[in-house]
Amino acid sequence: MSNTNGTQATEEQILYANILNKGMLIGLVMLLVTFGLYAGGIIKPAIPLDQIQNYWSMPVGEYLEVINHEFLHLEHPPTGWGWVKLVGKGDFLNFVGVAVLSGVTILCYLAIAPGLFRRGDKAYGIMALLEAAILFLAASNLLAVGH
Amino acid sequence: MRETLFRIKSLAQKAILGAGLFIALSPVLSLASEVAATTAASGAEATQWWVWPLILFVVTFVMGIIAVLGGVGGGVLYVPIISGFFPFHLDFVRGTGLLVALCGALAAGPGLLKANLASLRLAIPVALIASTMAIVGAMVGLALPTHIVQILLGGTILGIVVIMLTAKKSAVPDVQKADSLSSALRITGVFHEPTSGQDINWKVHRTPIGLATFIIIGFMAGMFGLGAGWANVPVLNLMMGAPLKVSVATSKFLLSITDTSAAWIYMNKGCVIPMMVIPSLVGIMLGSFIGVRLLKVAKPTFIRWMVIVILSFAGVKALTKGLGISLF
Repeated sequence: MSNTNGTQATEEQILYANILNKGMLIGLVMLLVTFGLYAGGIIKPAIPLDQIQNYWSMPVGEYLEVINHEFLHLEHPPTGWGWVKLVGKGDFLNFVGVAVLSGVTILCYLAIAPGLFRRGDKAYGIMALLEAAILFLAASNLLAVGH
Repeated sequence: MRETLFRIKSLAQKAILGAGLFIALSPVLSLASEVAATTAASGAEATQWWVWPLILFVVTFVMGIIAVLGGVGGGVLYVPIISGFFPFHLDFVRGTGLLVALCGALAAGPGLLKANLASLRLAIPVALIASTMAIVGAMVGLALPTHIVQILLGGTILGIVVIMLTAKKSAVPDVQKADSLSSALRITGVFHEPTSGQDINWKVHRTPIGLATFIIIGFMAGMFGLGAGWANVPVLNLMMGAPLKVSVATSKFLLSITDTSAAWIYMNKGCVIPMMVIPSLVGIMLGSFIGVRLLKVAKPTFIRWMVIVILSFAGVKALTKGLGISLF
């Protein structure tokens, strides 16, 4: 990384910060707008607003089974990226903002990696790519677990 | 002897003050418990759908203020309190807790990086270990029976209380010589200290043991859905020797990476209910906003004692809930 000994942030730090800031703002705005559409009744949810409280005290596995049986009628309960198919429903629309907030860090790492390699900082370049790969793996739902 | 007695008296007074303020704040939590009990007894129709998000918003708003004034992350208060007093299952509370901690870190991260207080050079190797272990922790936490996680959560929260009571801080630790790993990775930096007007050169030592500690910290963050600032700061500051301000800022930024990895596991598992997540996020962010303004007039020591009392109470509640004992 350049400028490691100055009081100013390095170029990579600034680049990372700028992408993080934009992603955070976009994610938060999306979260607020989609929640407004959901709670305001403008976009109909998959699970009616007055019934969600019947299910949130259940363990997640049971919750998904029950809401799938009563409202969604899908072949499998919506785990992983299954929510994408339901994004037209007010409640599942909120997942878009959550995904943006959870995904922005991957972009930050991918953005700083080329600069690190260009400056010969191979160790940090490799670590940045490894981190992006780990976060991508977590996001991919390849590591599915359950009770 | 006289000094010891004075210290004990002073500690007791602070504990009583903390307990007093907590009791003053407790009506909202009592209301949450009462509504939950009423709902369970008379059927869910007894409660309007908007009541829960509203109570959640009020509680997290107060939590946001207390978190800033007490110098702790929102996640560490959120998970034990919400799982103890609200009817939500621990799976959803942990998923939401991670998102609460993540959003706080995302909001603070860019400013801390630009001000060169958070060090990307220090954070990258630490984050690689912590985020990998947070994934493992999240997977283990979701595979274990709920009452076991609840008991472990209670024990962890009480452990955090002990850390808060005993951990010391060092503004600029004396690091005689950087170790070979941190030298090879060039983990070093300079930050401007406005109170003294000095530029402080810093380096770290004991890097291998410090990085190894993040295996445990990352695992616990993922397993319980807690932010991990309570553990990050002492390790970065006292063990590795980073200056306190750099440790606090890098810890906050680190959460944006560690919690991201665990949040994906919880989200993919289905542990996200928007009706819980968004009121909690908005409440804690607005509360933090007010908390920062109150910081100028509040007495941090008093608030810190209040946080210790609240966490002790929440820790015991989580422990007894996991053990199936109903104390309060």
